[in-house]
Amino acid sequence: MKTLKIDELSKNFGTTEVLRKINLEIDEGNFLVLLGPSGCGKSTLLNIIAGLETINEGNVYIDDYNVSKVEPKDRNIAMVFQSYALYPSMNVRENMIFGLKQAKVSKEKIEEQLLKVSKFLQVDALLERKPSQLSGGQRQRVAIGRALVREPRIFLFDEPLSNLDAKLRVEMRREIKKLHQQLKTTVVYVTHDQTEAMSLGTNIAIMNHGVIQQNDTPENIYNKPSNTFVADFIGSPSMNLIKGNLKQSSNQISFVANGSNFEIPINGYDFKEKSNLENKEVYFGIRPEHIFSKKSNEGDFEINLRADLSEYIGHEQIMTFDYENQEVLAKFPSTIKIELSKNTKLYFDLTQISLFDAKTEERI
Amino acid sequence: MFKWLEKNLPKIVMAPAVGLIGWFVYGFVLWTLYISFTNSKILPKYELWGVGQYVKLWGSRKWLIAVDNLLIFTALFLIFCVVIGIILAIFLDQKIRAEGVLRTIYLYPMALSFIVTGTAWKWILNPTLGIQKMFIDWGFENFTFDWLVNREMAIYTIVIAGVWQSAGFVMALFLAGLRSVEDEIVKAAKIDGANLFTVYWKILLPMMRPVFFTSFVILVHISIKSYDLIVALTQGGPGISTTMPALYMTQTAFHKSQVGLSAASAMMMFMAVAAVIIPYLYSELRRENAR
Amino acid sequence: MQDKIHTSYKQLEQRSKYTNMFLRWFLYLVLILFALYFIFPLYVMIVTSLKTMEEIRQGTLLTWPSGLNFDSWAVAWGGRGYGAGDTFLKPYFWNSIKMVVPAVFFSTFIGAMTGYVLTKWRFKGDQWVFLFLLFGCFIPFQAILLPMARTLGVLGISNSVIGLVLVHTVYGIPFTTLFFRNYYISVPTELVKAARIDGAGFFKIFFKILLPISAPIIVVTVIWQFTQIWNDFLFGSTFSFGEAAPIQVALNNMVLSSTSVKEYNVDMASAIIAGVPTLIVYVLAGKYFIRGLTSGAVKG
Repeated sequence: MKTLKIDELSKNFGTTEVLRKINLEIDEGNFLVLLGPSGCGKSTLLNIIAGLETINEGNVYIDDYNVSKVEPKDRNIAMVFQSYALYPSMNVRENMIFGLKQAKVSKEKIEEQLLKVSKFLQVDALLERKPSQLSGGQRQRVAIGRALVREPRIFLFDEPLSNLDAKLRVEMRREIKKLHQQLKTTVVYVTHDQTEAMSLGTNIAIMNHGVIQQNDTPENIYNKPSNTFVADFIGSPSMNLIKGNLKQSSNQISFVANGSNFEIPINGYDFKEKSNLENKEVYFGIRPEHIFSKKSNEGDFEINLRADLSEYIGHEQIMTFDYENQEVLAKFPSTIKIELSKNTKLYFDLTQISLFDAKTEERI
Repeated sequence: MFKWLEKNLPKIVMAPAVGLIGWFVYGFVLWTLYISFTNSKILPKYELWGVGQYVKLWGSRKWLIAVDNLLIFTALFLIFCVVIGIILAIFLDQKIRAEGVLRTIYLYPMALSFIVTGTAWKWILNPTLGIQKMFIDWGFENFTFDWLVNREMAIYTIVIAGVWQSAGFVMALFLAGLRSVEDEIVKAAKIDGANLFTVYWKILLPMMRPVFFTSFVILVHISIKSYDLIVALTQGGPGISTTMPALYMTQTAFHKSQVGLSAASAMMMFMAVAAVIIPYLYSELRRENAR
Repeated sequence: MQDKIHTSYKQLEQRSKYTNMFLRWFLYLVLILFALYFIFPLYVMIVTSLKTMEEIRQGTLLTWPSGLNFDSWAVAWGGRGYGAGDTFLKPYFWNSIKMVVPAVFFSTFIGAMTGYVLTKWRFKGDQWVFLFLLFGCFIPFQAILLPMARTLGVLGISNSVIGLVLVHTVYGIPFTTLFFRNYYISVPTELVKAARIDGAGFFKIFFKILLPISAPIIVVTVIWQFTQIWNDFLFGSTFSFGEAAPIQVALNNMVLSSTSVKEYNVDMASAIIAGVPTLIVYVLAGKYFIRGLTSGAVKG
């Protein structure tokens, strides 16, 4: 039994297609993050799961029951919104118990739940306050509390941290993580922030243009992006994608960047399919954090590039190098001094690279 | 000299407006206030006479009827405009087909003058050829609808016409208010299991408090000043049964030539408006400053 | 157990479908009934104006006219052609035009300038000046009628269109100022700062930078002032009579004249003529009309 299953789901607003044939499954207790740039359809998908948007094609199943046409209140879900969406005319207590009252839960039970949740979230001292008298973080807690008291099967979060300032955001992120660890309720969480996604999710589904690009664990998303979109979207600065060709001779497979004769051997790479590699146009993907200024592993590959630019950001620095007129970024500790406009020895960790077909932009 | 001019140019540009308003609003109100303390008849006299005009005013049967009418009219006008306005706004908010057309229909009376409105309703409500005849011709032979010429009921005809003209406006205010509420609030309520009625009654209408306040102020303001509608519909009649303060003031001033007395009645109206407007302005300014 | 939950979901689906359908019908019913209430007087006015008096006496309010008979419109507009006692709207319609055009122009222009100063050339106490002007929106005009009548007399422009232009211009200023001030406050002041650095002066900034982006608020203000002044009765009836009266006063006099038999068809035609200009504006520019209403309707 899957807690949530989405089957061949499509949605359009008029003639614009927002979601195209989405398939998604979540196991009990998992934390799924829907990640993507704005306009990718992630919020629409969440609204559809909540029952706030209608479906054009496909179905949504909760605990194996088709809920595609069931009202939101009967889906056994709770949702936390970006703007918190607290009812301004009610105080914290009324906000939190509103849903239970609608469901005609007994007074004793309501009190009990309210007490439990407000203690748990440390909002028990705020119960008589109006939302306008709360700070951003407090509002966030109340919004979560309102969802918690209902003890739903699935929690839906719609960019819940994006209205908070940077410091509070990190704090609340940890709290949500703790919350999930303690309660082990299934969560679907929408965000455009990759750090949030990486730190919170047990699974991340990266979306773009209404299509799921990759649905995987955070580790696989980071290490084995399934296409150039994912590779580019995850990581900061994002993965270097160097354009070039593959060369295959007897036992040797290597990569040659455009405009260069220099061969980078990539024998260790785990190809999905090892045929038709000769002369294939590809992107050679390597993350800035996998380029070093000193040799640290035996397999590291030495290369000479000219340093063009240095951006100092405190604990580290981001250097831009020139590789035959393609920019290559690397991330070093800020203690290392590198002279600009001069060739510098660099070491690529070839165990961490990704290769993408230049035409389909898919991982090979 | 030129420097001074350049530096003070903005203030110089402001001066005519400030001067005009200072003279024609504040100066004139003070003048009226002063005259209300004199024994002016057809021409203003300038020696003070005390509060005699106010004593006379509140001893006048006609003025008391006018105040009484104003209270009845204001109460009914407020209730009907707000109730109808809210119903229409909430219903129109339900993704209605042809919303634009309906909105246009509800609001067009606001573009007409009270004289046109009064003329039209006077014809509709007239007992010989109007609605009464329509119902009699339809077979309701004992149907009578003579409010327009009935001393007791004539005031309500003014309510009917007034509501017809202004209810759409309240609708527009509330519709704008409802549309400005964040989408997510309604979504949250839906997930909480609130039905449509609960969403409006418990969540959205309580959020409309400023709109209620604005509507209240505007409608009371309209009703205190209502003059044209009465002139066109009943001329204060039958007899003096539909007199209202605004009508009383002009009649006393320009037909009866009791300038002092009419000034006193004008000042009473002024104070009534001020009692509503000053708290409103105060809260509006506070809201703006809080932003 | 599983089947049970399954059927209950089915029931939920069904129930919500039926209640929704019922609600929709009810909704449309109420909305249409109210629409009929609002449209009813306009309908009655139009059909009555197209009937003969004979038809009016025989039919009811709703009866359709026998044909398109514009006689009463002609009478309302141009009279019957005999001299004394024959009131008709044509001259008063032009009076109103002559009154409205300059009054709207002057009050809008003054409001634009004051709004500009109050937001872009702020000085100490400017908020008080704004409040000072704003209060003019709210005063009941009864409190200024008596001194105004005397002032117009002293200036020698009582009972004239010029007098009414003055009155409407002055008492329009608080509203026009309010509109422009609230509009210009949302225009970034950096625009003015940049222009000043580029060497533009007070008037140049207004005419070259603010005015070109003011079209929406000018439309709102002009419509608001036009509607208010065209529909005014209090000032018109107090400060003018006979020849110089504006159309609303003339309409009221026509309807009230008890000299001859009541001609409801002519009354209705007159009422429509007096209401048509503002109605046209409303239909053509409803959006701006409503915007003016919601921000300036305190006047009533």
